[in-house]
Amino acid sequence: MAIYDGIFKTLGLSDWCATEDTGGPMTMAELLAQANNGGGDADGAEAVAEATPLLETPFPSLDVLHKSCGSVPRTRDMTSAVEEAFLNVKDGMKVVLDPLTQPLSWLLDASLAGFQATPWFIMIPLLMLLTYYASRSWSVLALVTGSFLFMAFIDHYNYAIQTLSIIFVCTIFCVALGVPIGIAMSKSNTMQRITIPILDMLQTLPTFVYLIPLIFLFSVTESKLYGIAIILYAIVPVIRLTDLGIRLVDKDVIEAADAFGMNSWQKLTGVQIPLALPNIMAGINQTIMMSLAMVVIASLVSAPGLGVLVLRGINNLELGVGLVSGFCIVLLAVLLDRSTKAALGRINASEK
Amino acid sequence: MTDTSKIKVSIRGLYKIFGAKPKEALTNVKDGLGKPELLDQHGHVLGLQDINVDMQEGEITVIMGLSGSGKSTLIRHLNRLIEPTDGEILVDGEDVLAYGEKKLHTLRQNTMSMVFQKFALFPHRTVLQNAGMARRVRGEDAASADKEGRKWLKRVGLEGYEDKYPNQLSGGMQQRVGIARALASDSEIMLMDEAFSALDPLIRTDMQDLLLELQRELHKTIVFITHDLDEALKLADHLVILKDGAIVQQGEPQEILLNPNDPYIMDFISDINRARVLRVRSVMDATTTAGVDISGDVEADANLESVIAMSGGDTTKHYRVMKDGKQIGLLHMQDLVRALVPVIAPEHDDRAA
Repeated sequence: MAIYDGIFKTLGLSDWCATEDTGGPMTMAELLAQANNGGGDADGAEAVAEATPLLETPFPSLDVLHKSCGSVPRTRDMTSAVEEAFLNVKDGMKVVLDPLTQPLSWLLDASLAGFQATPWFIMIPLLMLLTYYASRSWSVLALVTGSFLFMAFIDHYNYAIQTLSIIFVCTIFCVALGVPIGIAMSKSNTMQRITIPILDMLQTLPTFVYLIPLIFLFSVTESKLYGIAIILYAIVPVIRLTDLGIRLVDKDVIEAADAFGMNSWQKLTGVQIPLALPNIMAGINQTIMMSLAMVVIASLVSAPGLGVLVLRGINNLELGVGLVSGFCIVLLAVLLDRSTKAALGRINASEK
Repeated sequence: MTDTSKIKVSIRGLYKIFGAKPKEALTNVKDGLGKPELLDQHGHVLGLQDINVDMQEGEITVIMGLSGSGKSTLIRHLNRLIEPTDGEILVDGEDVLAYGEKKLHTLRQNTMSMVFQKFALFPHRTVLQNAGMARRVRGEDAASADKEGRKWLKRVGLEGYEDKYPNQLSGGMQQRVGIARALASDSEIMLMDEAFSALDPLIRTDMQDLLLELQRELHKTIVFITHDLDEALKLADHLVILKDGAIVQQGEPQEILLNPNDPYIMDFISDINRARVLRVRSVMDATTTAGVDISGDVEADANLESVIAMSGGDTTKHYRVMKDGKQIGLLHMQDLVRALVPVIAPEHDDRAA
């Protein structure tokens, strides 16, 4: 029937192949071929196959092999099997993951409500205070104040505060989970070997790919859906840099800590974490930046904030809306970056 | 003096082999395999080989050797920063190697303190916090740690620097903090790993004097590592010379200087100023009978250089050797000159002297 027929014949698998020919939906290509041939002529197909010149031999992929042997699944069957498998374990996973991740939903909702309930004339001074406390820098304070007043003036304050609230909660989760994981990685080479490929995967997997299984697992209306997507994406740098930071702590200092009889807890809290702090802070800075990037994409799955406006800009081709909200996101990114960097610089300076 | 004092730390038959299967390599070494052969045939590095040292209480034991001789490895065995492959380490008669983690921490917190070549101060803590660190680790409150820290910082001459950070101090000052940190732990044993090697020569001499001054007062058991023979001879009550992980010679430094038993040591000592290092007591004629034609009195611990200066280079003179106001011997200038004849290594004396 097709080019690889001979192989199945010589392997003596003809019977196995002939037993079942899966029906199933046809691909567009098959449909077209059927339409052109006027009724799908098996002999015609064979004739074409026989005539295939050597240089055009197709790769023995699932689809090609299927033509020779009906028992070989098509690629289409394979993907639907993956889907099937995911749907089968979904309910089981949901039973475990749903209650486990519920606090994330609560926190996200509570923080959203809290941030929005606070009137602007309290919120903006509060943010200014926080900025000054963290950075001790007048220029950063001026940047933050100016940005928020500007966003409030162009009626983007509410969206910005929603975005900020999501980043706030997600960053807390990232640090609370990421730092201990990073510490565990720095303590054990095995742990590091296991974790690094996972981190690589989380970092390179296209962001939309996270979203698809998450949509199946949780309802789109739940806030933890986007929460999880953001945390998975943004947690990577804080883990990596905690691990790196602790591993980079001067060996001589660690030896001194050992020589004076520090136990591992004293060493960790008294020496390793304080000395790794600049790196950990750099990781947190990156985590904040990445969660900001993800919060825009997460608006696809009902995350509120500036991302919604960007999405509206794309969907309705409202150029102005998209550009202005995009600019607000940049503003938010810059001020978050500057204030965390200033805080980091302060830590570095205290050790000099 | 060795008979009366007590042995504080004793190392018995210590071996350290670095590699994947040290235990197997150990049997080979005990069967007589040397360091290069072990590396060639088994891929293991022989770090230390059959080390036996007794360290007297209240003395400075100096372990000297060139880099790679295993001296830093050896000192780290005493507080088990490195685990030995075989052997015993006795502190006050107790085998440290049998200690569990808890007892080991107690030992490091209370009995042994350490001073490091690269200072290894905590950069994120102030000088005062660094100095009181050992007490904080023990769980003492901040007030008592600061009190001790302040006291010892003052003692090493760093009063007024309490609130600075280590990076703000010079190398010599940082090492003073390192010494204050070790002293503030009030431990009986102090391990000093090339403590002065990273300092420039003048400051190094200062620090050596500081150490000797402190030692006269505190009588700690000090284990001092160095690659500098002058430093070793200046500080040592007991000198241990290491080469390729094995002890070449150990004993009273003057004794080693006068009777080196190995070409390696002869090579070493050929470079030094013998007149400055040798003491009167080492070359005197020990007798209490009054000598004739005595030109004057000299102290037993005075070095020969000072006697030469006193005699004005006259080799016919004789001196009475005094210790604690009593005569313990006679010094004949001819013996003194004889002791200054350099010992030259028999095989390879091609080194630039």
